[in-house]
Amino acid sequence: MWRSTIVLKVAMAISGLILVLYLLAHMYGNLKVFAGQEAFDGYSHHLRTMGEPLLPYAGALWIIRVVLLVAVILHIYCAVTLWRRMRLATAGGGGQRYESTKARRGNQRTYASFTMRWGGVVIALFVVYHLLHLTWNTISPGGASGSPYERVVNGFSIWWVVLSYTVALLAVGFHLRHGVWAALASLGANTSQRRRRHLNVLATVVALLITVGFLIPPFAILFGLVG
Amino acid sequence: MNITLRVWRQPDSDAPGKMHTYQVADVSEDMSFLEMLDVLNEQLTIDGEDPIAFDSDCREGICGMCGLVINGLAHGPGKNVTTCQLHMRSFADGDVIDVEPWRAEPFTVIKDLVVDRSSFDRIIQAGGYITAPTGTAPEANSIPVNKADADAAFDAATCIGCGACVAACPNGSASLFMAAKVAHLGLLPQGQPERHSRVLDMVDQHDAEGFGGCTQIGECTAACPKGIQIDLISRMDRDVLSAIAHRK
Ligand code: HEM
Ligand code: FES
Repeated sequence: MWRSTIVLKVAMAISGLILVLYLLAHMYGNLKVFAGQEAFDGYSHHLRTMGEPLLPYAGALWIIRVVLLVAVILHIYCAVTLWRRMRLATAGGGGQRYESTKARRGNQRTYASFTMRWGGVVIALFVVYHLLHLTWNTISPGGASGSPYERVVNGFSIWWVVLSYTVALLAVGFHLRHGVWAALASLGANTSQRRRRHLNVLATVVALLITVGFLIPPFAILFGLVG
Repeated sequence: MNITLRVWRQPDSDAPGKMHTYQVADVSEDMSFLEMLDVLNEQLTIDGEDPIAFDSDCREGICGMCGLVINGLAHGPGKNVTTCQLHMRSFADGDVIDVEPWRAEPFTVIKDLVVDRSSFDRIIQAGGYITAPTGTAPEANSIPVNKADADAAFDAATCIGCGACVAACPNGSASLFMAAKVAHLGLLPQGQPERHSRVLDMVDQHDAEGFGGCTQIGECTAACPKGIQIDLISRMDRDVLSAIAHRK
């Protein structure tokens, strides 16, 4: 029962929605670059001091990190398991298992829906690259710095860094366009044909908001509108 | 009209199969797709060749026996039609039409276009029933059912178990079939006693048969000849969650 296709999908839905909430908060935080270095670095500092003195330094941040890590691992574990079952059920062919090449896109399936798996892989690789870049600063295009604000501004002054983030965020946007709808439907929210349309509109709005919201700071920096 | 068919031929489940090309001349646009295949089979029999094996029974869209993937789509291009109700007027003179069997691991090809769908029977056996003694038909108003529920249950009950949802699903999932049965019984008072065990048992059997998981893409509902809606899958998911919450 716990490993049934439906329970795995529900686990994916819940972990995915947790990550979406994180992305909304993260996107909002990033927009603070427009308030200048002091505000942005202050915000980064605040992330580490919030909850004090009840929690130790960076305690709240570490709680968030653990929740995120658990969500990511669960999400990927379920995705891989369901991906394998799809391959077993269709002799590896998935939506392309017929000889006929006349309906490769099926009846109505969206680009977003059939890029979920490889799109997810792209996003996972991006997160590693992104942590190496802006959290640990192991990769420091434009120059390393102890100030998160300077790391961001130095990085996004370079066109290929902006390009790499743009590609990743388009992947995130497509992933959420199908993912938010599918998560809500798998949790039981799709109660009628009308509701199906509403959930799809909601998913499109969330996907656009997150993609555009995240892309504003990098492009603003590239075009010299920040700092 | 004249048609070129590319048909999947496979002598039995163990032998490899491949696409074969046939010409069918003088096809009337009023023929159903299966009648067109009958014409081709007569021609093949006359030529001393093995006729193409395919399933059908009622030929009026109610039994669920027929089912072919036509030009890559389950039951072909029509909306809300079974293969037996698809007519040749949906095609044009000179068309090349690809014809294949349903494909999914639990649906073994028996011969040519015929697949074994006994996995569906086992999913029904696992939970798609009620244990209320029925006897003769009871007085219609003895158990009141509100109109909205009765209509929704009837819509779900129109599922003919043809398997098009599986054939169309990129994941090879039978979720729409299962969801239709779960909704049909779960919407009515007679279906309540087994409501929770039913959904868990059917899902377990579905997974054990080797069907894939639903990713809410909606190809199933687009291919369904009975227009079963995908919100029934969400309903089944709710039943699974409530069954788990109420587990003893
Ligand atoms: C233009 C887009 C983005 C910018 C400018 C950005 C910026 C940043 C910065 C500056 C940090 C470090 C914060 C600090 O240490 O105080 C960070 C951390 C992080 N970002 Fe992003 N980010 C972006 C997009 C994304 C996306 C799309 C994802 C996920 C798909 C993501 C996931 C994360 C994660 C998981 C962390 C680590 C949080 C932690 O544990 O400290 N970011 N980001
Ligand atoms: S033969 Fe009965 S539904 Fe087509």
